[in-house]
Amino acid sequence: MIVGITARAPSTSAPVEQRFGRAPYFVFVDTETGKAESVENPLVDAAGGVGPRAVQMFSEHGATVVITGQVGGNAARALGMGGIKAYAYRGTGSVADALAEYTAGNLQPIPL
Amino acid sequence: MKIAIASGKGGTGKSTVAANLGFTLALSREVALVDCDVEEPNLHLFFPAPATDVPVTTPIPKIDPDRCTLCGECGKFCRFGALSVLKDRVLVFPELCHSCGGCTLVCPQGAIEEIPRTIGRVACSSPIPRLTLVSGVLNEGEVQAPAVIRAAKALSKAHPLTLYDASPGTACPVIETIEGSDACILVTESTPFGLHDLRLAAEVVERIGIGAGVVINRSDGQDKETLDFCRDRGLPVLMTIPFSREIAAVQNRGGLICRDLPGWEERFLALFDGIGGVVA
Repeated sequence: MIVGITARAPSTSAPVEQRFGRAPYFVFVDTETGKAESVENPLVDAAGGVGPRAVQMFSEHGATVVITGQVGGNAARALGMGGIKAYAYRGTGSVADALAEYTAGNLQPIPL
Repeated sequence: MKIAIASGKGGTGKSTVAANLGFTLALSREVALVDCDVEEPNLHLFFPAPATDVPVTTPIPKIDPDRCTLCGECGKFCRFGALSVLKDRVLVFPELCHSCGGCTLVCPQGAIEEIPRTIGRVACSSPIPRLTLVSGVLNEGEVQAPAVIRAAKALSKAHPLTLYDASPGTACPVIETIEGSDACILVTESTPFGLHDLRLAAEVVERIGIGAGVVINRSDGQDKETLDFCRDRGLPVLMTIPFSREIAAVQNRGGLICRDLPGWEERFLALFDGIGGVVA
């Protein structure tokens, strides 16, 4: 399973970004192999409509779970339709911390 | 003749000038007043009357799922995020679509057609003899103000004399309003903010290549900086409306100063003559 996490920098040790579509980086972690891939988000400075476009990026990377702070309405709709589950991480920890919390079942699902 | 009324800054009195000029001119000739501030139309408040609505539609994409191969080209192309290509379907977000039609062009399968969607309306009324009021109204949450402005302008096209009331600022809706006008009245106020935004608005009008004149509203008599700016740019100051309790009182109850205060009908007629001189 691939989990996508919004991050402030390109690494699993980077802090989690609370914003979804305008997060500077997306870190995709394959929970089976433990391999992580960081992708720079080209939408950071886009004028609008970043939510659905970010969801398309998650879909392209095969992510079935998103961990972020919060998602907007359009993003929520796209995530819901795309069968991608979203979980809220409101802490100040790193991408790895958020992933550990998710694996431990401590994160609340974001209603889509 | 088509005259646009713009300001750059909100709250300077554009609609005041448009409504009073429209009313004054309607006393002697046919005039159409077009409210192009489609996100916040307010001219109808000066002229309450029953209106006829014409819906405004804009094309949005419709995906044929039988032809679509989920290649993702449309989603990559759309810079507004109106199309999201997922694993098994393409999502369309109609309210994000700017109707550029690009998705239908980039789709290699020809799987996208365009269907109309209502985004607003144009309300037409005849509140007083010889005055036609055309108000563009963009539905809440919609982004395509220029489409509604185009529709409002198209409906008033046949009128020999038309006033366009633009929205504040200098963005797309203002450009859409000003384009095709013969002259532009720039309304400003004698504050640093008013002058700053007048400068931006004057630049827009200059770039589009339309002659303009200035109305200074709520003047406290200390308009030197504004006057200097206008002189440097060759913009005639066509009218100055003083900051006065009497005028504010008329405005506050939704009145028209050209109708309710003596001397102002003549001054708005002079404004019309002045802007006519700018056209030539």
